[in-house]
Amino acid sequence: MSDSTATTEAPAEQPSTDQESKPNFARLFGRYLTEANSVMVTIYSLLLAFLIGGVLLIVSDEYVRSTWSYFFSRPQDALLGSWYLIRDSYLSLFEGAILNLNTLDRFAAGDAGVGDLLRPLSETLTYATPLIFTGLAVGIAFKAGLFNIGAQGQMIFGILGALIVGFALDLPIWIHLPLAVLAGAAAGGLFGAVPGLLKATTGAHEVISSIMLNNIAALFLVWAIGTDFLHSELSTQLVTKGVDESATLPTLLSSLNETLRVNAGLLIGIAAAVFTWWLLSKSTFGFRIRSVGFNENASQTAGMHIGRTYTTTMAVSGAIAGLAGAALSLGVFSTGVTTSTPLQYGFDGITVALLGRANPGGIVAAALLFGALKAGALSAQPDVPVDISTLLQAIIVLFIAAPALVKAILHLRTPRGGLVTLEAKGW
Amino acid sequence: MAVKPFKLAVAGLSAVGLAALAACGDAPTDSSGDGNAEATFSACMVTDSGGIDDKSFNESAWAGMEAAADENSDIAVTYKESASEADYDPNLQASVDDSCDFIVGVGGLMAGNVTTAALANTEVGFAIVDGSPIDANFAPVETENVYSIQFDTAQSAFLAGYVAASQTQTGIVATWGGMQINPVTIFMDGFSEGIAKYNEDKGADVQLLGWDAAAQTGTFLGNFEDAAAGRSTSDTFITQGADILFPVAGPAGIGALTAAAENDAVNAIWVDTDGFESTEYGSELITSAEKALDVAVRDAVLAAYKGEAGNGTYVGTLANEGVSIAPFHDFDSVISDETKAEVEALKAAIIDGSLVVESPASPAAP
Repeated sequence: MSDSTATTEAPAEQPSTDQESKPNFARLFGRYLTEANSVMVTIYSLLLAFLIGGVLLIVSDEYVRSTWSYFFSRPQDALLGSWYLIRDSYLSLFEGAILNLNTLDRFAAGDAGVGDLLRPLSETLTYATPLIFTGLAVGIAFKAGLFNIGAQGQMIFGILGALIVGFALDLPIWIHLPLAVLAGAAAGGLFGAVPGLLKATTGAHEVISSIMLNNIAALFLVWAIGTDFLHSELSTQLVTKGVDESATLPTLLSSLNETLRVNAGLLIGIAAAVFTWWLLSKSTFGFRIRSVGFNENASQTAGMHIGRTYTTTMAVSGAIAGLAGAALSLGVFSTGVTTSTPLQYGFDGITVALLGRANPGGIVAAALLFGALKAGALSAQPDVPVDISTLLQAIIVLFIAAPALVKAILHLRTPRGGLVTLEAKGW
Repeated sequence: MAVKPFKLAVAGLSAVGLAALAACGDAPTDSSGDGNAEATFSACMVTDSGGIDDKSFNESAWAGMEAAADENSDIAVTYKESASEADYDPNLQASVDDSCDFIVGVGGLMAGNVTTAALANTEVGFAIVDGSPIDANFAPVETENVYSIQFDTAQSAFLAGYVAASQTQTGIVATWGGMQINPVTIFMDGFSEGIAKYNEDKGADVQLLGWDAAAQTGTFLGNFEDAAAGRSTSDTFITQGADILFPVAGPAGIGALTAAAENDAVNAIWVDTDGFESTEYGSELITSAEKALDVAVRDAVLAAYKGEAGNGTYVGTLANEGVSIAPFHDFDSVISDETKAEVEALKAAIIDGSLVVESPASPAAP
């Protein structure tokens, strides 16, 4: 057996009525807080990450670091300096991601509009949009016991598919835009089906093949951008043609303020999350995915076609990752795609899916959190190192992936049914 | 379980001990801040992808910003890094929100974003490095507040080409680029012309591989990152007899330097910065076709401070030392005095206009 299976067990909501007094609400709540159930592990992971992030902020700040060198002759320098640094850093992350207090003051004084007030949120949603898709893509594969590391490559093909339909065809918006979005999904789906098909027919492990396909996709993108077909005739830079107006995802809030970039890709992302939820919990196909994920041998005995499930699951996963690409090339990058357009959204999708515990609602929430970290860090620089968002993401996922670590650090109790973890069988 | 308090105590004591060791210094008496805290003029830079310490483009531009702040204590400088093109708009907007008086966008990819921001914020000054104001369709746009910084690197590459032609033993030199875009091909055009000039003056027949200036076709990697591909491209040219390599490909150009380092007879010429200082392969480098990004950015910020930047254009040339040919360093004793004198004469001729180096990619004169 060589599958990785996501097992997310419901937290023990009814603690055992052992010993002593009758359980009342406060007691139950207290027990819940000190238990290593999935909700509390997630919350503690976030808190621990921000704590460690704070220590790293102190270490990376030259001035505050220097105050620690004379801690014993003037401790208030180090203590106050560290406190102010951490407070200001996290405050500016908050201001960049949710609400800028300066803008709020200006808004109260009538100098700024609602649009200015909403800009941080708009940025958070803009950066969260591709992560929703890639998180869902990885999450749905988790459910079938597949580890789709190839979301990055599938997204790249989604970028190209949507881009080509977006500029090469000349159609009215009501058909052009949906067609371009679907082209992104189709391109990603086809590319995603490859590792599934290889696993079904030859047993090639999807992790290995999808990693390699990521490299192929990344190099293909570099080559494709340089071709006469894609390269912008007008620009002297390494950038593709832009998509037509009729294939551009409309911005949602630009009527309030032109700088609000959040676009309809977000709505498609939420629709994709709802669809994924429906697919997994209500449809026959979803039942088959989960069944194969739980136990492929039992599923086979029950008459399910394992290989076909692998292939179709990877195709659906790839199609959703392809939508991330469509949201990029028809959205923020509608004026042209470059080699840095895909960034690491596909790989970040793995961490989003882990944090969201492979559940659509959790994935949307995790994507929003990571989008907020990205938007916040971007606006807080250079006072706060821009890498802080990547760092926090990494630490959060480290703890999420290792609940035993959180349990040990905080001396939490083991919940009924054991620790909730994403176990990888056969690795 | 009885072990736990003991373990904790040991851990705690050692932590305190370490902290105490590190924390025994004296408190400073002076608490002066760094930078120009009292400055009234704020100049902000938005980087291209690659970060502020990319040993290349962004780093040079930031050096120019800091030089401006050093020169004029009334200027405070800061920067925002972009991880991709998606970050240009929010970074430019955040710079406007931070009340920056002058915002420098580094890299031609940002030209459209800077133009949009400049049209929306006419009270703020902007600058584009390696670009000029354009709209979403890359068509030129008239603006009042975008200063454009460009470089006629064909001139410095011309001198580098002449030197290369004088140094080759095999009579074959080679160039290759990252992408076939103007900021790259302009170097190759100049290099090609420099070789042609040497052939004409000396009756020599030095051949250039990798770029046909007349047809505007040549060898390109397709990216600026893949040093391994740069290496194999270089090895191919070496096999064909080339003994001087001129990679115009940013970090991927390192591939040519590793190839040169392993072939005694092969040397290279670097671009953008003085490779003797910016790379580890100084001993392989005959010279470099530099562009003085830092000087240009510094001057732009200082001009903006005086309110003189406006919608001006700066084109770095040999005349204003915006582009130059780097010192020969290790090759100073190898290159003959005759060649050095000829290079100086050519440089003077280009500066006084009697010799014109032309490339289809050259920026328009201001």
